[in-house]
Amino acid sequence: MCFTQNFWNLFISGIANGLVYALIALGYTLVYGVLQLINFAHSEVFMSGGFGGYFILNAVIGSSQPSGLASVGFVVLGILGGAVAGGVVAFLLERVAYRPLRRRNAPRLAFLISAIGASYFMYNLAGKEFGRDAVSIPSPFTNGTVFTVFGAQVQTYYIVIAVATLVMLVLLDRVVAGTRLGKGIRAVAQDSQTASLMGVNIDRVISQTFVLGGLLGGAAGFLFGLNAGVVYTMGFTPSLKAFTAAVLGGIGNIRGAVLGGLVLGVAENLGVACTQSSWRDVIAFGILVLVLLIRPTGILGERLGRSA
Amino acid sequence: MSLPALSATVTTRADAIIEVDHVTLRFGGVTSLLDVSLVQRRHEILSVIGPNGAGKTSLFNCVTGVYVPQVGSITFRPEKAHPVAVVGRKPHRVNRLGIARTFQSSRLFNALTAFENVKVGVESRFHTGPLGAMLHVPRARHEERRGDDRTKELLEFVGLRDRADEVASGLPYGDRRRLEIARALGTSPELLLLDEPAAGANPAEKAELSSLIERVRSEIGISVLLIEHDMGVVMSLADRIVVLNFGEVIAEGTPSQVQRDPAVVEAYLGAVNENGNEPQGGAGDAGAVTPTPPEASARSGEDRPSSEER
Amino acid sequence: MSAVPQQGPGSAARLWRSTDARRLFSCVVGALVVAVITGPSGSSSSPTSGFTGSLFRPRALVFVALGVALWAVMTSRRRFGDLIRRANDRVVAAPRQLLANRWYRYVVYLAAFAFAIWYPTILSGYWQEVLVDQIGVFVLLALGLNVVVGYAGLLDLGYIAFYAIGAYSAAYWTGALPIHPPMHLNPFWAIPFAVLAAMLAGVVLGAPTLRLRGDYLAIVTLGFGEIIQIVATNLTGVTGGAQGVIGIPHFSLHAGSLKYVWHVKALPYYYLLLVFVVIALAAFRSLERSRVGRCWAAIREDEVAAEASGINVLKYKVMAFSIGASTSGFAGILTASKIGFIEPGDFTVQLSILILVLVVFGGMGSLLGAVLGAAVLQWLPQLLRVHPLFGFQPPDLFIYLGALLVVMMIFRPAGIVPSRRRRSEIGLAEHGVGTADAMSAAGGPVA
Repeated sequence: MCFTQNFWNLFISGIANGLVYALIALGYTLVYGVLQLINFAHSEVFMSGGFGGYFILNAVIGSSQPSGLASVGFVVLGILGGAVAGGVVAFLLERVAYRPLRRRNAPRLAFLISAIGASYFMYNLAGKEFGRDAVSIPSPFTNGTVFTVFGAQVQTYYIVIAVATLVMLVLLDRVVAGTRLGKGIRAVAQDSQTASLMGVNIDRVISQTFVLGGLLGGAAGFLFGLNAGVVYTMGFTPSLKAFTAAVLGGIGNIRGAVLGGLVLGVAENLGVACTQSSWRDVIAFGILVLVLLIRPTGILGERLGRSA
Repeated sequence: MSLPALSATVTTRADAIIEVDHVTLRFGGVTSLLDVSLVQRRHEILSVIGPNGAGKTSLFNCVTGVYVPQVGSITFRPEKAHPVAVVGRKPHRVNRLGIARTFQSSRLFNALTAFENVKVGVESRFHTGPLGAMLHVPRARHEERRGDDRTKELLEFVGLRDRADEVASGLPYGDRRRLEIARALGTSPELLLLDEPAAGANPAEKAELSSLIERVRSEIGISVLLIEHDMGVVMSLADRIVVLNFGEVIAEGTPSQVQRDPAVVEAYLGAVNENGNEPQGGAGDAGAVTPTPPEASARSGEDRPSSEER
Repeated sequence: MSAVPQQGPGSAARLWRSTDARRLFSCVVGALVVAVITGPSGSSSSPTSGFTGSLFRPRALVFVALGVALWAVMTSRRRFGDLIRRANDRVVAAPRQLLANRWYRYVVYLAAFAFAIWYPTILSGYWQEVLVDQIGVFVLLALGLNVVVGYAGLLDLGYIAFYAIGAYSAAYWTGALPIHPPMHLNPFWAIPFAVLAAMLAGVVLGAPTLRLRGDYLAIVTLGFGEIIQIVATNLTGVTGGAQGVIGIPHFSLHAGSLKYVWHVKALPYYYLLLVFVVIALAAFRSLERSRVGRCWAAIREDEVAAEASGINVLKYKVMAFSIGASTSGFAGILTASKIGFIEPGDFTVQLSILILVLVVFGGMGSLLGAVLGAAVLQWLPQLLRVHPLFGFQPPDLFIYLGALLVVMMIFRPAGIVPSRRRRSEIGLAEHGVGTADAMSAAGGPVA
């Protein structure tokens, strides 16, 4: 088969990409759970994470070449920078583009259009303020092959992504299963009317859900930017793919988002091996169309209100 | 529990307008309908009653093609055409066959006027397409006129002629119900499914609706399948009643038969109270209703002479 | 409506929570955002320079003052929003009432038509080009998308894909593509083929996807728009690849003794466009008032009830979708033949969104709204490009448009010239009656 020759390399890097998609997809899935709406502007949350991480590391690292323990510190700093940027943008997004519409009981089409407007506003503003050229994040670590498995090279970058994502997923799980916010999210996702009757502050839960998704998406932006650079238009394609991943795994389903991300990441890589790199996005999109037509509830099924 | 053999109540096959045959409907782990069979005669008003959650609306949804039952078949026998299997057809196709419905919570086209609401139903049978519309071909103009005429007739029939140009959302509750019936009638059905038409209506509105439904049957000749909680309405309208509980048919027969049926009494544990309404909450829900012994329920039946007439 | 701030502990918090204080905050922040948008740009090496250049300057005070002034007006006139809305409505209502009379209507149409014929002749060559390329074509595109979004309530974010199909059809049938057609056609005679191709694409894309819920449909159409661009770039052997296609001839008409060739000049194209816009207006108006238009309105209002009333919902959605697609395809072949050169970079998702903005701003479901929205929003940036004002920089256009979309949705979702029905729907939705669009769960619990 066209991909067997390089299979493990493709697989490993596919997993790495997939984990990034998963982080973004979680943002979509969380918001979908509480609003039953796709947050179109999540792509810009992702983008701001990229810039957030970039600015912080640019200021702190400059042109030095960190290694060892300092690297870990810088990675964490970068992730925090990205996450905070993403969280702030998500918060503002909810306040400005969604909440007024919820207040007015606006038709759903209005939410979509508003989100589109917000998305265009944000990324073009970012282009205006931060320049339209791409920048690369000063690397917090020296990238190299850490070890090989089945002949595939596992790079430092992949390890960073894997560890970071794992930590964030565990944290997310703790939040959703254990905290009051998590309970609130599940309650609102299941039945927002009853939840509010039970004393759950819907506005706050929704806002915090956005922020939660924003933290993850922003972190993903930084991780993505480490490899691909940061540019004001970076949000569109990865987010479209992350949305595919969320639907693939089952929208509203947290484990589904992760599974979908991994499957998409690997499938995309294998597909590109069989065709050409220029068809990368078409493959992802093709998967989206197929899923929506054949099994719109996704692999694990739509699941609102359950933590996993 | 054993049901009276259906063939005893229906004389010939051809008499039946619709046959539901051993239909089972499941959603994931929940069985909404279990082995439900019923036969409705032509020109009959058949009422389906049962506690909330018994599966009545699910039955409607199966008959109209919204849900597809896993087991069983539903056969529709139009007057002048071959019998047709309903299961597997999309709702608009089912409507074309001659089955129309209203919804439990009136689903009107709220921003359209009453006139437009009904006209949409009437026009669904027409054929003018986009090209014809854009070019104003004779057929388009002819259909516009026919549509207008028929709509006026229907509004007159349900008593809404004076409110024709009012936006549907502004209509009072009883009028909304009647408008929905008018729209359904516009699609020229032979069988009309009414889902709780009297729910939330005041006594005057209920009386009007009842007489309207009777006129639908007697003046137009449409068979009516009626879900209703208001036993007063049911008793006064229904030729026969089918009782559902937990997705199964537990009784079937004339109103007086059903009223005395021990299975029905048991399912309703408090039977019919003074208001003439069924207790809400489903079988065995003793918390909601004070249980009364069977003799008491028989007595309350005597208090309401209408149930004896049938 | 405003809480009177009282003395004592917690009064600061109470002051903060009063509606007036919040409104002041929003107005001032909004004004500062506008200051930043209209201010100088930053760059990757100096990311804060845009902000400092806009905010740490005297001009910022002007904006703050404007924001406070707006707040003062809004607070003193409690129902400020309604005031604006009613003013807008009054402006729209008077002409509308006039137009209700058939004969007045014809006079107005004739006058408008005469104006449309005469006005371009006094414009400069530059503005004539703008009239065709930026305004006229987009009016047609907005009219087409209006059928999809406004009449049927479907959010198509890949609308430009059909435009691309029209353009590439023009290239194909005139022999400009690497692959050759069975016979070479003049682009004028290729129009029906281009429109047909776009229509077919609409059906092929629509039939499987229009069953999907509104937001999924939006994403799928978005992806489709992207895909078309990628395909056009990659299939070099078919589409000429990233460099695009050159040498598409202009329209020319040889019919019997009639011979006319459209050359490079804009004006003849303008008149051709005008003819087609008028045809589209008449056709869509008839459509809206016909059985088909009522079916669309019913589907928008309540898909489930529409289906139960005998309407084949999918068929009508596909119909709207392909009518919109055909219009887009036509616009594509027109532009391709006028400019003579097309490349994949012309067909961005951004353009699809732009057309959406035009329709939403003008008024979804309203023909006049689509025309006005397109005309105004396409004309303004051109005007500002020539006469720079308020610090408008052309690359920043989408910042304004994006903000406009959000603002419109919050304050005036029906658009500046709302179709009567649409505004009624939105008003109802806000009071909890109905959903005003085809986007709620299709085939959800039926009760």
